[in-house]
This record gives sequence, C-alpha cells and structure tokens, in this order.
Amino acid sequence: MTDLAHIRNFSIVAHIDHGKSTLADRLIQETGTVQDRDMKEQMLDAMDIERERGITIKANTVRLEYKADDGETYILNLIDTPGHVDFAYEVSRSMRAVEGSLLVVDSTQGVEAQTLANVYQAIDADHEIVPVFNKIDLPASDVSRVAEQVEDVIGIDASGAIAVSAKTGQGIHEVLESIVHHLPAPKGTRDAPLKAMLVDSWYDAYLGVIVLVRIMDGVLKKGERIKMMQNGSIHHVDRIGVFRPQMEAVDELGPGEIGFLTASIKQVRDTRVGDTITHEKKGCERPLPGFKPSVPVVFCGLFPVDSSEFEDLRDAIEKLALNDASFSYEMETSAALGFGFRCGFLGLLHLEVIRDRIEREYDIDLITTAPSVVYHIYMRDGTMRELHNPADMPDLTHVDHIEEPRIKATILVPDEFLGDVLKLCQDRRGIQEELTYAGSRAMVVYDLPLNEVVFDFYDRLKSVTKGYASFDYQMTGYREDVLVKMQILVNDEPVDALSTMVHRDRAEMRGRAMVEKLKDLIPRHMFKIPIQAAIGGKVIARETLSALRKDVTAKCYGGDATRKRKLLDKQKAGKKKMRQFGKVDIPQEAFISALKMDS
Amino acid sequence: MPAVLDEDWRNGGFGLYVHWPFCQAKCPYCDFNSHVSREIDQSAWVRAYLSEIARVAEETPGRVLTSIFFGGGTPSLMAPETVAAVIDAARAHWPFSNDIEITLEANPGSVEVGRFAGYRDAGVNRVSMGIQALNDADLRRLGRIHTVAEARAALDVARSCFDRVSFDLIYARQDQTMDAWRTELTEALEMALDHLSLYQLTIEQGTAFGDRYNAGRLRGLPDDDLSADMYLVTQELCAKYGLPAYEVSNHAAPGAESRHNLIYWRYGDYAGIGPGAHGRITQGAVRYATESIRAPAAWLQAVSRGTGECVRMPLSPQDQGSEYLMMGMRLREGLDIERYAHLSGWPLPQPRIDRLLELGMIRISDRRVMATDAGRPVLNAILRDLLVD
Ligand SMILES: Nc1nc2c(ncn2[C@@H]2O[C@H](COP(=O)(O)OP(=O)(O)O)[C@@H](O)[C@H]2O)c(=O)[nH]1
Ligand SMILES: C[S@@+](CC[C@H](N)C(=O)[O-])C[C@H]1O[C@@H](n2cnc3c(N)ncnc32)[C@H](O)[C@@H]1O
Ligand code: SF4
Ligand SMILES: [Mg+2]
Repeated sequence: MTDLAHIRNFSIVAHIDHGKSTLADRLIQETGTVQDRDMKEQMLDAMDIERERGITIKANTVRLEYKADDGETYILNLIDTPGHVDFAYEVSRSMRAVEGSLLVVDSTQGVEAQTLANVYQAIDADHEIVPVFNKIDLPASDVSRVAEQVEDVIGIDASGAIAVSAKTGQGIHEVLESIVHHLPAPKGTRDAPLKAMLVDSWYDAYLGVIVLVRIMDGVLKKGERIKMMQNGSIHHVDRIGVFRPQMEAVDELGPGEIGFLTASIKQVRDTRVGDTITHEKKGCERPLPGFKPSVPVVFCGLFPVDSSEFEDLRDAIEKLALNDASFSYEMETSAALGFGFRCGFLGLLHLEVIRDRIEREYDIDLITTAPSVVYHIYMRDGTMRELHNPADMPDLTHVDHIEEPRIKATILVPDEFLGDVLKLCQDRRGIQEELTYAGSRAMVVYDLPLNEVVFDFYDRLKSVTKGYASFDYQMTGYREDVLVKMQILVNDEPVDALSTMVHRDRAEMRGRAMVEKLKDLIPRHMFKIPIQAAIGGKVIARETLSALRKDVTAKCYGGDATRKRKLLDKQKAGKKKMRQFGKVDIPQEAFISALKMDS
Repeated sequence: MPAVLDEDWRNGGFGLYVHWPFCQAKCPYCDFNSHVSREIDQSAWVRAYLSEIARVAEETPGRVLTSIFFGGGTPSLMAPETVAAVIDAARAHWPFSNDIEITLEANPGSVEVGRFAGYRDAGVNRVSMGIQALNDADLRRLGRIHTVAEARAALDVARSCFDRVSFDLIYARQDQTMDAWRTELTEALEMALDHLSLYQLTIEQGTAFGDRYNAGRLRGLPDDDLSADMYLVTQELCAKYGLPAYEVSNHAAPGAESRHNLIYWRYGDYAGIGPGAHGRITQGAVRYATESIRAPAAWLQAVSRGTGECVRMPLSPQDQGSEYLMMGMRLREGLDIERYAHLSGWPLPQPRIDRLLELGMIRISDRRVMATDAGRPVLNAILRDLLVD
C-alpha cells in the first residue's frame, strides 16, 4: 500500500498513429518496469491484448514505479483505452478512474478529430492535462504550430507542453517528471468503507472473470466478500493484484490504487463497467454517480448462409455474449433469410468485430443485413415502442410520430476537401453547428441522424477526402422527423430483409438507387424480374432485370463430361450462397451492397 | 429400357475414342490437349495405341463396337498406316457393327489432304474438318494456318474420298456482325453435305485468348444479346437448309448425325485411349470415369510400362444421373425420364420441372423431357435447376 501522495493515475489520449503505444513503451522501459531483454514493441497494444482476451478491449493498464529527481519513488498507473466511439461510455468511466491525461499530438500532423473527442472526455473528467508533442525527430515536426493549434482548437494551455520523440526516447524523462509534478495525486480515505469502480472485465480460461478496479475509498484484501452494487451479487475475492504489465499478486489495494481482482465469477455479464464494488458487510452507502448500463445503438440481422448452421450460430453467439455484456441478441425469423438473430451493438466497429469473430473463429458464413438504429415509435395510444428492425414497423394508422437518434459529429479536414465534406453531411440530412479553421484545416461539427452514419458514411468520407479527414461522434438524443418504411419488392414480392427506414424527402432517391443497385446485384434469371421500391403500397421506383438470354456450353464431348459436371456443381454451390426469394435467387452480398450509396 | 443397371450403357452404345495430341501450330482459343512437336515417332505411337486397345478390350469383352473416333489435336497428321493399324487392332478385339462409323478430325491444310485416300483405305468412313471461318482475315485472327481457298479445296477432296463429311465453324467471333455471320453461314450451308458443327467462340482459361481476355485486351466480342441473336439466326438458317440442330451446336440432315458423339450425349460407354483421353466404362454394376495421362511423352512411357490410365473413378448414382442429364439435355430428343430416375436413384425434381414447363423452357413428350427452342440457349440455367442439390 502506497500513500496517496506517491500515486499518480493517468491516461494517454491521442489520435490513431500519433504514438500512444510507442510512448507507453518508452515509459515502461524508462521506469525499468520491464527488463530490456523482455521488452517488446507495443506492450500495451490493443490488438494483441484483444487477441489474448478475446474481446474488444476497453481498458488496459500498467503500474510503473518511478524514482523521481526529488529522490522519492512514485507509483504511476497508466490506464489505456482504445478510445473508439463505440465504447465512449466505457472510455468515459476509465477517464473517471484517473486524475490526469497526457495529450499526445503528432507534431508533424497536428490535432485530429479523435484527439478532440478524447480530450473532451478528459476535460469532462476534470483531468489535469499535459500536452506531449511527439515525433520531434522527424524533419516535418513543427512544435510551435501544434502548440498554437492546441490552444486555439482545444483551448488548453500549451505552455507546459513537452516535446518528445517516443522513438528515440528524447524528452521521456521530462514526461515522467511532469506526471509527478503536474498531475494531481488521487484523493481517498483509507478508513472509509470500500468504494471501488469497476473499470473493465474480461474472461480468462484459468482465473474466470478478471475485474479491473480503481479503489476510491477503503481497502480491498484477498479473502474478503464483496458486493456489486448494481445487482447486489456477492462474491468471494480469491486473488488481487496489479499489472506490471503481467499480473502480479499484492496483499491489498488501497485508495488511489488501480489493480485487479478475481472472485470465481463465471460470466462477464455479471460485471458491469461503471458499477461500484464495496464490501458485503459495512459497505458504502451510495454508489459512484454516473453508472449507465450500456445499450446497443445499432442492430442488424445475422443469418447463417447455410441454414443448417443455425444451431452453430446460436452456440457462437451465446459464447461471445458470455464475454461481452454490451452485445444483445434475440432470435429472428425472416421470410427471405430463414432463421437467424437480431443483434444489438454499441456501434459499427463493435458489430464488425463480433461478426468477424463468428466467421473466423466459429467458421460460419454469415449474411449480415443492413444495420439499423433504434427508432422510437410513438403510438396514437400514447405508448412508445423501440423499433430495432424496420420489418417490424407497426401499422401506420396507429403511429403518431417517429423519433430517431442523432449524433454530434466532429470532422477535421484539409481545406481543399471541405466542400465535399459539407455536401456529404448535407446529403445525409446534417445540420451544421460549427465551422472553424485551424491553419489550413477546417473543423466542422454537424448534427446528423445516426441512421445516415451507421451505414457507409465513414467509407464515403474517406473516399471524398482521399483519407485525409478524421471523424468522431457522440450520441446526443432523439428527434422527431418524417420517417417512413421503404419496402423492396423483387418479382412483386416484398423482401423483408431489404426494408429500411428513410426520410420521406429522400425516399425516391434512395429507392431509385437501391433498385438500380439490385438490378446489378441479382443475376439474370430465365424470366424478367421487376424490382420495385415502395412506401406503404405505393411504388416510388422501378427497374426491370431482363431475362437471361444466353448461357449454354458450346462444346461438350466425352472428355468434357467430368469437367462440366464439376463446373455445374460449383455453380450449384454458388447458388446455395444465394437466398431463394419466391422464384428469385438473391446473392447474399446484395443485402448489404444494395444499401450502399454512391454519393 | 434394360431392367438392370449394369446394362444402362446399352442405351447409348459403345465406341472407341483415340486421341492424337499433335498439331502443326497451337490455335490461341484452343484448350484441347494439343502440342506442337517437331519429331513424332509414329511406330512408337502405333505400339502404344495397340497396347492400350488390348488393355481396354479385356475390360469390355464381347461388346460390339459401333464407332471409332480419331480426335485431337490434329489426327490428320497421323500416318495412314498408323490409323490403319489402330482400326485393325480394334477389329481384332471387338466385333464391329455392320454400320460402324469411323471418323477422323482433319485440318484443311494441303499436307493433310494428300493422306485422305490413305485414311479411306484404312477404313475411315467419315471426316470432320476444322474450317472455322470462311474469310481469311478472321482465319488469321483465329490463328489458323490455312486459307479459305485451301479449306474449299480440302473439302472437295474429302467429298471425293468419303461419303460422310462434316465441317466445323466458330462464330460469335471478335467484331463479327450479324449480317456477316448470316452471309458466312449461308455460304457454309451451300458447301455443306449433311452435317455441320457450329460453335460459338468460347474463351477458355489457360489459352492465349483467355490471357488476353483477362487482361482486358480481347475486344469486339459480342455481348449476350448479340450472341443470343446469332444463335437464333443459326438455328433458323440451318433448319431452312435441311440441317436442323440435333444438339446445341450440331446440325444434320435426319439420319446423318454423328453416331460417335451421340454415344456421349446418350450416355453410352466409350473407351478413351491416347494422352488425356477420357472414358466411361461399365463393369458389373459400376460405371467408371477413366482418364489417361495428358503429357504425350509421359503417356507413351506409362503405356510401355503397362497402362496410360491415371484415373479410374467409380461414379455414384447421383454423378451418373447428373452426367446423363447434362449430356442428354443437349440433344433435341432430350432424355428418358425413367432412365434418369433409374440411374440416379431419384426422380427429376417435380416442382422445378413444373416451373420450367410453366416458363416454357422445357417440354415433356413421350416420357422424355427436352429443352424447348427457348430453353436451349439457356441450358446451363435449366441444368442448375434440375441437378440434384
Ligand atoms: N519517427 C517517429 N515515429 C514514431 C514516433 N512515435 C511513434 N512513431 C511511429 O508512429 C507509428 C504509430 O505509433 P503508435 O505508437 O502505434 O501510435 P498509436 O496508434 O497512437 O498507438 C508507428 O509506426 C511508430 O513507430 C516518434 O517519436 N518518431
Ligand atoms: C478438337 S477441336 C480440333 C479439330 C482440329 N484440330 C481443328 O482445329 O480443325 C474440334 C473443334 O472444336 C472447336 N473449338 C475448339 N476450341 C474452341 C473454342 N475455344 N471455342 C469454340 N469452338 C472451339 C473448333 O471448331 C474445332 O474444330
Ligand atoms: S484448334 Fe485444332 S489445330 Fe488448333 S490447336 Fe486446337 S486442336 Fe490443334
Ligand atoms: Mg496503438
């Protein structure tokens, strides 16, 4: 146990590739936490750890011991977060577990959207912030320009900024000294009842669920009985320790300290990020403020390509859900796609991670339907329903109005692409809130419907700005708009998996784009196929896929029998990858591709 | 229809295919097992063929041979003595049917023409000539080394030597217009005797055309609509000239069909010898697919050690059903519904049959199912529907 005055807890906020992982490596090395011979690059790399833990990581920590110039030894706890928007809530909790941040900015690049989004989280958590301008070993480095930007755009004092090269190690000592002298020590009372924040948790095959905690007040010891304040569950602590960065047992964790506990917990679901942990007896009265259960914001259907794999899919989803409390699922039946699951995610990245893991680790080919946000459907009878799937849209005669989730999107973009970015946001029903310049870069803030962003907004943004824009967002709330359900009819039959919610004013355009896309995606059949978009029975766009006219092998003699049989067997297998809808075979990729917009 | 499965092949008959793997030059569209070789020791090839005939004859004792087909490559590069030795050996091992058809594929170059009489004396009674196009510019684009004049002359010699002469054309070529094809086909029909093979140009992977196509450098190929129209016009014109299609790409006056190829399409048995040759041989209740080593030198060597065969795979009932379906549906006469069920162990899927009937893609008559004129150009789509999942 260390006295509070000798503890510093901090995080590092940075845009991707600005050098967060490299800086963490240098700090680990400089403090001798890891012997030089055991040092590998990117000790705290999220991807590696994700692979180990088998989940999308939200927080990750290391405890450093640093002998400062004043002759005292300090415990420095670094909590690292991948900082992706999908986990904004988890990141905000991690931020509450520390008192300060290093704001890393690549001095050859300057401030980016992710820098902003993350630094605002730090400001919200009342952090003391030390700007660190990295990569000064590079010729393009321009520390004074970046300092100006930090002051102008973020509005924090950059006079105490430290110029470093995480690559060469230059300036690292100053960073450590600054952590000790500029970041505040944690507060807390040793004699008070135990109050600890659950920062993250993950499953380990040997130890069960590992819980990362920050002790606010009191002392946690091995063998004690603890209580999760959200659900009142009681657990017996069988191990406590710290990360250096590998696990190391300790006797106790006192106020201000960050470490882990295990308590034979079987499911990650039983440990909610942001929860307060206390003792079973003589526990604290009130939990830490600000707990929010994580709620999925993006939903999509996951169906096995091969319908016989439904049970395998169920098994995979259940296993993944054990280790990821923020992911929800329920069975779904689609006329087009058969049996599958409607799954909820914290965001698109989360969706992709889960989907990829099902495909890769469980070897199940999936059809993913278009992601949808959660609409609030206000009924005439005064009740409100959450709509997770456009196919479930209630009869309009009972609907009073519909609200959709909105976001605040921050985009930083070089001047020359600003026009394209504004057009993109405008096309996606955005409302401009802010437009400011920082040197040759513009910062635009837009209020956008989440619905317009979940799908291919980021891809489009990357393509119109040739990859030079950075983007981040946060959810803001719900707002009413004129939303309608658009159905797609293929060969006069509605295909439920292609139904979408769209804004009335944009329905024609989207409908036309979708039927044109589908015309290219669906192979020709032996008959002609009308493809229509309709709103409440009224057709708003129509294309006709003409009939197949020629598909026959010109030559087929004795020697070709085997070859042709194999070829047709292959085509037949290809056909299995399609879904039969009425009399029409629709390829699986159509369910996603049809919704991509080219503008 | 025979009641026992092991006699199924009798529905199609029994033939012998002999593959000759050499050509004077390799055509850029061709994916046949053909090689250009300066020196060919014909006597070594005779020995090898005879040894293979003896081997396969042992597996098919007592069968009556209804056809022999010399295919290639360019079999008209074989010495007439080589052809004679093969035919004699076949006769020594199998009884010949009275009307046995003995076909040889010939290229219309002047060298080959000199050997036609020799082939006739060896026993060949039908030739199939690869004329391919009736204008010199297109022949050059197809990489052919003969001219139209040579082709016409060769055809004349062939007609003087053989009662039965057919020739091949390739259409839907680069930059070919509908009008040009109509004119060319009319000319061909004027020249034709009683049989014509008319193939739409197929771009095969692994050929020079295939590589050019993949690189986006094979331009002027007709789109689906034009090739569909060309196919329709071909059917019409040929029928008008008394040579209706009896198979997807083959046209004949009634009775003049290639008996050998009918064995394939009616799913009979055939022994295949020579490099890369395929066969279908029924023994007891099992039908085998056989294949021979493809590379000529390796094949020769393998034969000298005992056998040129490298694959002998028993075909499951489902495979046999699929093959019969794929082959049989190419014919105007279609396939025998009960024979299919008997072979594959499963009837044709009724709901799909009903749907295809409704679409007018197939017809059923006299317990046979066949593609209609509308269905034949999209036969692969019909087959994908009908093949067992
Ligand atoms: N030249 C130079 N490269 C650096 C420096 N710091 C990081 N990098 C490089 O920048 C890239 C991104 O660094 P990383 O630490 O992974 O960034 P992160 O995404 O913020 O974790 C890597 O290729 C690093 O090697 C530096 O100070 N100088
Ligand atoms: C075995 S080939 C060879 C016959 C002979 N060697 C010749 O080329 O004249 C039989 C016929 O198949 C046709 N053929 C070969 N390759 C083709 C292709 N890629 N597309 C269409 N027809 C083709 C040609 O008409 C050729 O005459
Ligand atoms: S088309 Fe005929 S001549 Fe040309 S390479 Fe093929 S087999 Fe030989
Ligand atoms: Mg990193």
